[in-house]
Amino acid sequence: MAPFISTTLLAIIIKIYLIFKIIDSMIHFFQSLGNITLSSFAKLGRSSVFLIQTLTGILSVIPRPALLFKQLYSIGVLSFLIITISGLFVGMVLGLQGFNILSDFGAEEALGVMVAASLVRELGPVVSALLFAGRAGSALTAEIGLMKATEQLSGMEMMAIDPIKRIIAPRFLAGVIAMPLLAALFSSIGVLGGHMVGVSMLGVDDGAYWSQMQANLDFQDDIINGIIKSIVFGFVVSWIALFEGYDAMPTSEGVSRATTRTVVNSAFAILGLDFILTALMFGDI
Amino acid sequence: MDNGVNSNTELVSIQNLSFSRGDRKIFNDISLTIQRGKITAIMGPSGTGKTTLLKLIGGQLYPDRGKIFVDGQNVHQLKRSDLYTLRKRMGMLFQSGALLTDLNIYDNIALPLREHTALSEPMIRTLVLMKLHAVGLRGARTLMPNELSGGMARRVALARAIVLDPMMIMYDEPFTGQDPISLGTLVKLIKAFNNALGLTSIIVSHDVKETASIADYIYFLSDGKIIGKGTPEQIKNLQSEWVQQFMKGDADGPVHFHYPASDYHKDLLNI
Repeated sequence: MAPFISTTLLAIIIKIYLIFKIIDSMIHFFQSLGNITLSSFAKLGRSSVFLIQTLTGILSVIPRPALLFKQLYSIGVLSFLIITISGLFVGMVLGLQGFNILSDFGAEEALGVMVAASLVRELGPVVSALLFAGRAGSALTAEIGLMKATEQLSGMEMMAIDPIKRIIAPRFLAGVIAMPLLAALFSSIGVLGGHMVGVSMLGVDDGAYWSQMQANLDFQDDIINGIIKSIVFGFVVSWIALFEGYDAMPTSEGVSRATTRTVVNSAFAILGLDFILTALMFGDI
Repeated sequence: MDNGVNSNTELVSIQNLSFSRGDRKIFNDISLTIQRGKITAIMGPSGTGKTTLLKLIGGQLYPDRGKIFVDGQNVHQLKRSDLYTLRKRMGMLFQSGALLTDLNIYDNIALPLREHTALSEPMIRTLVLMKLHAVGLRGARTLMPNELSGGMARRVALARAIVLDPMMIMYDEPFTGQDPISLGTLVKLIKAFNNALGLTSIIVSHDVKETASIADYIYFLSDGKIIGKGTPEQIKNLQSEWVQQFMKGDADGPVHFHYPASDYHKDLLNI
């Protein structure tokens, strides 16, 4: 009799233990879920305040264009090379792929419009924004993060110089201005790359390449919408990059994590926003 | 020199200040005053929040409780613009120097002038060169911050801190990590500036000898409390064992050599 009781007792104890274990892990799960939610909302709040301060800070950049030009150089001009080379290759690939598909239908003359439309509508803004996030965004985060870690921002505050006005706002404005220009450069070089492959190497008619493009691309629908996209991307990438740097933990590890977050979050934001913008501009969703 | 300050003798008054980071109490109800025209030192071991205290005085951090008055103004109730006006009259020397790495020495020192005054470039040049000459680095004006030694960077930061002719300067660990020559230079400069420019100086430091040699008054901070105060002479005769250990640098005393831990033998045997 005795062993029977003890085994049932043991079974009950084990069951109770397991139930507690499950409840415990569920509580843990909800705790961490709550924690993540709370901290992401807090971060969203901080980044919104940061954005508002930056936007008001822009007013004090306007009378001092020298600050802006310096940043336009390091954010914009120094991104020229990567944008040009990438644009060239993307255009060349488009020319090659487009030719293969279009020639099946005997419509090689439409290569120009195909290359240009893909570039101006999508690949120009999106790919150049992704490159911009990798090239300039990461640099901005690292720069601001290190300025924070080495007490430069704190030092400016103690000198009664607002770092948002003096450091952040010029960089933000430069990013928003540089992005559409870089995207335009990317698309233009891409069109030339497509021409190089399609016309010079694969024998599409030169006149058809340009005239089809000219006839079928709409200024409002294609060019303006592409420019709007790249302005939005420039805005978002600069915001993410500068905020991550400003919000970084002031240690080497903190800066390295912030830089990674800039690139990853920018990529998500660009691709997600691209879908939304495309749906609003071209789709009937 | 008239720095536009009120005439009472207290420049900074800290009343019942409490401040914590997370669960850790950094300051627990401390009160202290900084006299005008004097060099006041705040000493204590690393990690007692000495730098935090300077950031509280400068209005970069907010206390949990208590008030800080600088020149009669409650720092934490000022509007942002008033706080910035007050900060123009407070210089701060950061431990790292906090020079802007993308500007050369000359532009670093000219920065507060260019931001806050409408002075002409020739005037700014004269002022910058005067301050640079005072710290002995007039010849180094074209160097970038990364080309400077630690001691030189701190002297440049000192020149920048006094370029707006402030009423007070806060020094954050000015002597840490300096070779004997730069140490001597800094001690001499801090003393000379305090007297020649009519400044009030606050030094937070754990370098006993150098600080005691120039301070008019010393406060000791430990575990969020003030545990000793007085002129350097009074400090030498203070009965506090803790202060004596700190001043003499003994390895063991009221502050133990070992971080609190379980019994050594049991720990080794893992029981």
